[in-house]
Amino acid sequence: MVSDLFPTPENTSEPQPDSNARRSFMKQAGGILGLALAPPLVAQAERLTAYSRTIEGATDLTLRINGQTRTVRAEPRVTLLDALRERLDLTGTKKGCDHGQCGACTVLIDGQRVNSCLTLAVMVQGKEITTIEGLAQGDELHPMQAAFLKHDGFQCGYCTPGQIMSGVACVSEGHAKTDDQCREWMSGNLCRCGAYANILAAVREVASKG
Amino acid sequence: MNQFQYVRPTKAQAAIEAVAKDPNARFIAGGTNLVDLMKRGITAPQKLVDINRLPLKQIEHQGSSLRLGALALNSVVANDTQVRERHPLLALALNAGASPQLRNMATVGGNMLQRTRCTYFYDLSMPCNKRQPGTGCGALEGINRMHAIFGHSEQCIAVHPSDMSVALVALDATVQVSGPRGSRSIPFADLHRLPGTTPERDTNLEPGELITAVDVPDSPFTKHVHYQKVRERASYAFALVSAAVALDIENGIIKAARLALGGVAHKPWRLTAAEQVLVGQPATEETFRRVAAVAMQGAKAFKHNEYKLRLAPNALIQALKTAAAA
Repeated sequence: MVSDLFPTPENTSEPQPDSNARRSFMKQAGGILGLALAPPLVAQAERLTAYSRTIEGATDLTLRINGQTRTVRAEPRVTLLDALRERLDLTGTKKGCDHGQCGACTVLIDGQRVNSCLTLAVMVQGKEITTIEGLAQGDELHPMQAAFLKHDGFQCGYCTPGQIMSGVACVSEGHAKTDDQCREWMSGNLCRCGAYANILAAVREVASKG
Repeated sequence: MNQFQYVRPTKAQAAIEAVAKDPNARFIAGGTNLVDLMKRGITAPQKLVDINRLPLKQIEHQGSSLRLGALALNSVVANDTQVRERHPLLALALNAGASPQLRNMATVGGNMLQRTRCTYFYDLSMPCNKRQPGTGCGALEGINRMHAIFGHSEQCIAVHPSDMSVALVALDATVQVSGPRGSRSIPFADLHRLPGTTPERDTNLEPGELITAVDVPDSPFTKHVHYQKVRERASYAFALVSAAVALDIENGIIKAARLALGGVAHKPWRLTAAEQVLVGQPATEETFRRVAAVAMQGAKAFKHNEYKLRLAPNALIQALKTAAAA
């Protein structure tokens, strides 16, 4: 069985970040598959269950981020947030509380907003991850980014990437049709500067433009 | 966070075996509670068994109940047409819980299995019988404004924070479980435990038992329902108290009722005696006040949560009035 989580180089047509990473990935992919079948590290039940995957220690994880396939060497305990910020130089996604209470780390996975701080990177391989860096088309801002600028939807800016990602999802879900509905469905993103009124105006404007 | 081995089976039996024979293994689905607890060092499993590849996401009507797969996301269930038509109380409760982001991650099974907990459970510098049996309860003589008023013991006064579970216990749901010794059904009211002398156990699940689905039986409670959640800010906070109400009303007379409270006990708190009082009565505020008094029998508060003795019945009355008017 060819797993979509561990694509072979042949079925990976997406651009790779650099060729060294690709070579390293190929080596490691072999290592992972070997590990899954190695008796000393894997319990009897898992060896008997051909469809199980077992990962222990650092391995190369393959993530689809903003339309690119990226490889990151990480232990299973590494969160998506830390993989993005510490390993992949995608520091637009912010670490606020790191416990799912503030929304600063909000990203989209398969188009749905989630807290990347409570998401293990190993578990989202094969899914389409969108971060704040993936919104603009070149120099052209995403309408939500433009609306935050226009309405001054931030002061210190730390919660802003999460607010914008959540705002994009809020509109696409159809949960920004009234001010009250928008407030409720943006409640997973805290802004300690208190820019809520302007954040609301920005999200509502994008929603009203359909 | 501690290191752990990550296993991702595609067969339920493999997942069950992996956890049943390893006391340091845990299932992981959405991870919204487990990853948080691991980050804080409150729990440190040596193995995580990722069950997301198991085929347990479906929502389908079977016989006389709606079956919610254990891996159906909270957001998906809340938005499901059948759920909204057949069990609007469940959709209301789900959307009152957590945040949109967390509801996109949390599953049906994981939501009900989130830990019963309080701030002392989280604070590693404080005693907690639930986190470390035998160390004492920091909340008993501590800051206990968020804590239980029903069913508590001297060992633990924490509350179960799930909104979804309050609706499910009111709706007479049944939990389907598979384990190393086969499958069984558990009435929702019997899934969670009171703390007693074993507060470290939140539920009656045995090691390795996996929730595969929850069945919500067809009922007449499709119109007169309400979930009243009272919290310290408008959204995205645990309940101080919450009330789930489902009524069947004909010509102004209550034919059947289901009531439950959240934020008041170690488990979602079904109000069976109060339900009986409602049957045959007119759906008026006078009735609701009598019922709320019955609901509060046996409540016992602590130093900082006496307000719940008034807030809980008021929330229940408000929920009853709103449900009756729906």
